[in-house]
Amino acid sequence: MSNTLLPMIPVKTWVDQSVEWITDTFEFVFDPIKNNLDTFIEFLSETLQVINPWIFIAVVAIIAFFVTGKRIGLAAFSIVGLWFILNQEMWEQLMDTFSLVITASLISVIIGVPFGIWMAKSNIVQAILTPILDFMQTMPAFVYLIPAVAFFGIGMVPGVFASVIFAVPPTVRFTNLGIRQVSTELIEAADAFGTTGIQKLFKVQLPMAKKTIMAGINQTVMLALSMVVIASMIGAEGLGKEVITALQRNDVGLGFVAGVSIVILAIVIDRFTQSLNTQKGE
Amino acid sequence: MPIIKVENLSKIFGKNPSQAQKLLDQGLKKEEILKKTGNTVGVNRASFEVEQGEIFVIMGLSGSGKSTLVRLINRLIEPTEGSVYINEENLAAMDSKNLRRVRREKMSMVFQRFALFPYRTVLQNTEFGLEVQGIDKTERSKKAKESLELVGLGSFINQFPGQLSGGMQQRVGLARALANDPEVLLMDEAFSALDPLIRKEMQDELLDLQERMQKTILFITHDLDEALRIGDRIALMKDGSIVQIGTPEDILVNPANDYVEKFVEDVDRSKVLTAQHIMKRPETVNIEKHGPRVALERMREEGLSSIYVTDRSRNLKGYVTADDASQAIEENVKDLTNVIETNVPTCDLDTPMNDIFDMIHNSPVPIAVVEDGKLRGIIVRGAVIGALAGSEVSINE
Repeated sequence: MSNTLLPMIPVKTWVDQSVEWITDTFEFVFDPIKNNLDTFIEFLSETLQVINPWIFIAVVAIIAFFVTGKRIGLAAFSIVGLWFILNQEMWEQLMDTFSLVITASLISVIIGVPFGIWMAKSNIVQAILTPILDFMQTMPAFVYLIPAVAFFGIGMVPGVFASVIFAVPPTVRFTNLGIRQVSTELIEAADAFGTTGIQKLFKVQLPMAKKTIMAGINQTVMLALSMVVIASMIGAEGLGKEVITALQRNDVGLGFVAGVSIVILAIVIDRFTQSLNTQKGE
Repeated sequence: MPIIKVENLSKIFGKNPSQAQKLLDQGLKKEEILKKTGNTVGVNRASFEVEQGEIFVIMGLSGSGKSTLVRLINRLIEPTEGSVYINEENLAAMDSKNLRRVRREKMSMVFQRFALFPYRTVLQNTEFGLEVQGIDKTERSKKAKESLELVGLGSFINQFPGQLSGGMQQRVGLARALANDPEVLLMDEAFSALDPLIRKEMQDELLDLQERMQKTILFITHDLDEALRIGDRIALMKDGSIVQIGTPEDILVNPANDYVEKFVEDVDRSKVLTAQHIMKRPETVNIEKHGPRVALERMREEGLSSIYVTDRSRNLKGYVTADDASQAIEENVKDLTNVIETNVPTCDLDTPMNDIFDMIHNSPVPIAVVEDGKLRGIIVRGAVIGALAGSEVSINE
């Protein structure tokens, strides 16, 4: 079916051209990012792999025990779950994925919290950012892989880039929400004692919003994790890559094992960040 | 020289304040202006002065603009027009740097719902104002502790606000405000969220503190009794305007207009001074547990010549005099039942002062204030005379 009223608007061409333009023009930005980030992720992953898996599991279990308020549940699950991954010889992939998730989450938080604060301080910024965040979250995640490859080639870094775009919105939104939710009376109290904007932010708004921001960060980490499978399509190492391999070879067994490993990692990380939050809030 | 001087201070909420101001000048009412322009008159040309050491109460019903007015004074709300002088400095025309300085050094605020920071301990809450000023840690901790001692919370410094009762939380609020050693204390319905007994206690304590510290206090309330109790002068507000300023006496005796008169009518004068206002907490002994020895010992401790006897649920049984108790001890009687005098002078919680006066004149013992057979308090001669002289209650008849 052809549209006779208007010739087709060349959106595709425009986007192609602008991505190309960005790639060429900002090569001097992308290249150092790619190199440094690559080194960082590799370093992180290799460091983690140097640690004896059993020691690693023990440390995770001990921290889990204390973080959850001396309850045995998460610690036991971490031991069994991580042991299973080790047993299935997925340890190296686990560490790659873990490094990817940590890096993407860290970058998301570093970018997301300041934007959230900015958004909370200005209604105009909120009006501008809200639709952009909606767009970032509803756009199918695969689409981000394309410019990611254009900017950064293939490998871990474009995976991180795509993950950050996909995972940053909850941190921004929850930071904004948390700060806006602080009661007017507390803000008035801060003002009445003569706080500067910065003092108000650090002494009142951020501490009051901490719980909400942590909930946002938890979401961000989970989204980053959910992106790792997708990121494997452009060459990110890790558990996701096993899933893709399984898909290509129609290997149900491998797919299942890699999938379960991701689930275990997800549960451990999720419960960890959640209990960090409730602990500090009380 | 007044510490606070407010001149023609106005606040109009909405998009077109100047138009609303014009209509106000033409004498239109708040509702008419809202209908015509969509603007709400918060405060309409308020002017008053507060002297050093004075407790100035701003009273009005909700929506009368009193909370807006107090926020205009420390500029939590920007005034539309007018000036606020604190020690001759006009706050309304200050840049933000000077405004911060005045807020830090000259005035503190106490809030209706306490506005404590839940993640900070009592001590850290109290330190807040000093911390904001950049005072070093030892110094501010010292000042905060002194301030907490003042309000009687010296031993709670490491608790969190959530662990304290409402009354104690507001003491923290007060301590936080006092820690800065401000000249002016703004108290926005500071006791309204507390239950009546605690509220009265806090009012007394504020008066005690005020006697020692001589701050200038601007106190907002919707409660006439509270205003009469603590105010040196009272400003009555209605629809954003101040309708009368005067001493409690002036307001009661010479209401400026119908509105004030109506407001004041609610204070039934005969009720203002009733038994419950002047009664004291009674010393009692329990008939089911205590014998003449305990009774006598209590009396000796408290310096009384007689003591009231109740049962476990505070039902009034009678009283026992020191003489009767001594005699019973000599006769080795263990039980109070036959020792007590059951012919007790009693009155209700709302028995007016005049009746009590007659009763107490002829009574050898304090009068028992009884509600449903339970002893609620006692009235001693001194309290009646004190009340009449105006020292117990702020209203003189």
